[in-house]
Amino acid sequence: MPTPEEQIIVIQKLHKWYGEMHVLRDINLIVHKGERIVICGPSGSGKSTLIRCINRLEEHQRGRILVDGTELTNDSKNIEKIRAEVGMVFQHFNLFPHLTILENLTLGPIWVRKIPKAEAEEMAMYYLEKVHIADQARKYPGQLSGGQQQRVAIARSLCMKPNIMLFDEPTSALDPEMVKEVLDVMINLAQEGMTMIVVSHEMGFAKSVAHRVLFMDEGQILESNTPVEFFENPQHERLRLFISQILH
Amino acid sequence: MELEKKHIQQATQEEIRPPVTIMGPMGWIRANLFSSWFNGLLTVLIIFLLWKTLPPFFKWAFVESLWRSDGTACRDAGGACWSVVSQNFRFMIFGFYPHDQQWRPLLSMAILVALLFYSRNRNHWKKLLVYAWLTGLLLMGVLMKGGILGLVDVESTQWGGLPLTLLLAVFGLTAAYPLGVLLALGRQSRLPAIRTLCIVYIELIRGVPLISLLFMSSVVFPLFLPEGVSINKILRAQVAIILFTAAYIAEVVRGGLQGIPKGQLEATETLGLSYYHTMRLVILPQALKIVIPPSVSILISAFKDTSLVVIIALFDLLKTTQSVLSDPQWMGFSTEAYIFVALVYFLCCFFMSNYSRRLERELNVERA
Amino acid sequence: MVDTKDSLPESKTSFWYDPAKRSILYQVVSLLFVGLLGYYLLSNTRHNLERQSIATGFGFLQKEASFEIGESLVAYSAADTYARALWVGILNTVLISGIGIVLAVTLGILIGIARLSNNWLVSRLSSVYIEVFQDIPVLLQLFFWYAFCYEMLPSPRQAIHPMTGIFLSNRGLVFAVPATHPAHRYMCAAFSCALIAVFFLRRWSRKRQERTGRTFPMLGTSLGILLFFPIGAWWLAGAPTAMSMPVLKGFNFEGGLTISPEFSALLMGLVLYTAAFVAEIVRAGIQSVNRGQTEAAMALGLKSGRVLSLVILPQALRVIVPPLTSQMLNLTKNSSLAVAIGYPDFVSVAGTTINQTGQAIEGVAMIMAVYLCFSLLTSAFMNWYNKKIALVER
Repeated sequence: MPTPEEQIIVIQKLHKWYGEMHVLRDINLIVHKGERIVICGPSGSGKSTLIRCINRLEEHQRGRILVDGTELTNDSKNIEKIRAEVGMVFQHFNLFPHLTILENLTLGPIWVRKIPKAEAEEMAMYYLEKVHIADQARKYPGQLSGGQQQRVAIARSLCMKPNIMLFDEPTSALDPEMVKEVLDVMINLAQEGMTMIVVSHEMGFAKSVAHRVLFMDEGQILESNTPVEFFENPQHERLRLFISQILH
Repeated sequence: MELEKKHIQQATQEEIRPPVTIMGPMGWIRANLFSSWFNGLLTVLIIFLLWKTLPPFFKWAFVESLWRSDGTACRDAGGACWSVVSQNFRFMIFGFYPHDQQWRPLLSMAILVALLFYSRNRNHWKKLLVYAWLTGLLLMGVLMKGGILGLVDVESTQWGGLPLTLLLAVFGLTAAYPLGVLLALGRQSRLPAIRTLCIVYIELIRGVPLISLLFMSSVVFPLFLPEGVSINKILRAQVAIILFTAAYIAEVVRGGLQGIPKGQLEATETLGLSYYHTMRLVILPQALKIVIPPSVSILISAFKDTSLVVIIALFDLLKTTQSVLSDPQWMGFSTEAYIFVALVYFLCCFFMSNYSRRLERELNVERA
Repeated sequence: MVDTKDSLPESKTSFWYDPAKRSILYQVVSLLFVGLLGYYLLSNTRHNLERQSIATGFGFLQKEASFEIGESLVAYSAADTYARALWVGILNTVLISGIGIVLAVTLGILIGIARLSNNWLVSRLSSVYIEVFQDIPVLLQLFFWYAFCYEMLPSPRQAIHPMTGIFLSNRGLVFAVPATHPAHRYMCAAFSCALIAVFFLRRWSRKRQERTGRTFPMLGTSLGILLFFPIGAWWLAGAPTAMSMPVLKGFNFEGGLTISPEFSALLMGLVLYTAAFVAEIVRAGIQSVNRGQTEAAMALGLKSGRVLSLVILPQALRVIVPPLTSQMLNLTKNSSLAVAIGYPDFVSVAGTTINQTGQAIEGVAMIMAVYLCFSLLTSAFMNWYNKKIALVER
């Protein structure tokens, strides 16, 4: 039985509204350390909103979120503490265009973790090597392709040494030939034991590394299962419809 | 590690209402006025300041004000003297135009407003519109000047007030536009002499204040003309405004020309179109569409800039107001008079800039 | 066997269809046209000038000006030359433009940021300000403030007296200033030392951060240094407190520093008008930065102050600075409207010169030349800035 200390994210009875729109309904989720979860569902189902609540890029109105024991409230100290432990990779990369690749990576460590510059750069080069892009360190984001930029974005999050990595449709904005290079990096990360929550439609990725796949629709988690069972034996009728649509 | 293997949930359809603190008027107030202690402080401060200033202002402007009295009565009372506007209204708006003929400038302005309203609807933007404008402008000129069709001749020295302001702005922009387009094309030209001439003109005019050009028009232009030939003051000021506005239009049109993909030019070259046809049929229609919002902005500036003719003693709306204020009976009521003039300018400019914003949004949506 | 020639027969294009020759023709024709027009205008001008016996050339600059100038940064009297009078005018223009630009940009930045506030009252009020002050001609605003000074404010005998040493009347704002004392020179020197100290402190703090990662409270410390060095110098020089107090003598005040109604009206009008445009520019610049940038920076754990200074502002400034320099130039050009309310800026003085000497062409040419200089300086700066901060892209 997994002990409570190993529960790294606990979400209880979470509700969120945008004005009158109920975008997250009664979300209950427990994520264990080292677990890899893929969330999929139609657009507008609230998947991105859910993971953005975890690092407080969105505020929830009802329910509780605990990240590594700390509850997410309006207390800014808690929020900063949690953000430093949770890394996020965005669909549109969001690299800082006015800084070099190296500076993009060292920004967080220098200003948040107060690490000396030389040490930060060394660590940055290590992670750039890990995502196979060390030779571009002195270039600017505008000079890189989409796939390269996303790999840099992953390295940038890793420099903060997070315990949890959130991915918000990391490959949706990429040309098809670049999707594989990014997925490879994510698979490597998974094999090293990182806790990952990934919003994505990439079924191959889900099947190879995910422990669980979640299906969300209209703000609710409707089905949660192992990848194999999820794709071959969908129980919920909406999930069956969804799978038939993405398996064209 | 034992993980949750399987979990299915029926979709719940019951509606839960969002918490009252984020909904309704309470929610709005909390989110928009008091979202943080700093915001709350600002809100309280602003409400306090408004409380201190607005009631006295209303008292002065509306409660204790006089609307139809004369100067002495106004001086005795304490409130705003709007009579300075109501009693001198016709002079402020029409200047020295003969009293019994003032229906003519009024009709002119009505034609202008009608044309503007007609042009607002983009479905009307066809060739017919250009002819409508040209006839309209011609009609306005005839109405103002007279001398034919049984209308009494009114010298341009007697034109003044709001019609003069509108005239200078609208004619200014209309005449400046073709000149500006030519300058922009010249600036893009590959012929070095023409390009240099255009660049020199544009940079020279854009670098100097309008007032220097107005000075030039009133004291230097007469020197350029041969003996015995004289041009009336309004025409000189109009020429200065045209030359000034043309340079700004040239820059704006240049921006539009640069916004056209190079592929368009290449396509016309392969078709063998001449330079004239290329510009007229393909490039300019696209460029001019892009530059309409900034052009409206230039019109607004031109409208505001006509107020500068005060300095060369032309009786536009601002100068007529000042004349009224120099009358001993109405001296000292500048605040009321200027507020009135400011209101007139504000309403005109506000509608124009509103229109320009709406237009920009529509054109952006189309292009996306 | 076909006889292959070595070269194609030379084609002779007609003169009219050869683009190279045609382009030369067009240029020659246009230059000729401009030249002829210029010659025609010039000959008329020369003839008219002779007829009206107006002198030409810039000799008048050495003649005695014989008119007074109300406000001047340097000593001037009616016996000085026209050249000196014009110089006073230029200094006045630079003075009002300089102060105007600093105030307008500061106010504009505040209002621009306020426009983006999530406080509904604040943002609505700012947008009302922007709309109203942009749509009223600047000359009208100048007249309004000028009339306000003269009609709403009392005469010096009944001047408003909010506190000792400050008087507000329709002759201007007079306030007490410290009487000249050698301590002031020491204070200036101390301030320069403070600036240098802050510069080196910044370098040291940055190097220390690179080495050890620890940050240093630069903002507070710099402000402290800039404040305390001059105060320290003042105290060391004997803490002189003698003030030049304004005293009512006859119909006006003597002593202290006077800010004339013309200056204040011009400053108010220019600052309030230009700030509205600056506010729009600042707002557009900040909004031009993608929301994702803020989110990415926050996701890294950066505090909002750092997010602003490290990520948002550098990108926003790229969009803000070019139109901002245009507005600063506009303010300088608009300061020429001083002639309408009697503040002796360059155009005003040049106007008087033209009236007295009749040499309109030289006068207008000088006005244009001075403002062209301002323009070209601004363009050069903008080009340099744009090149320097351009984002590197593939």
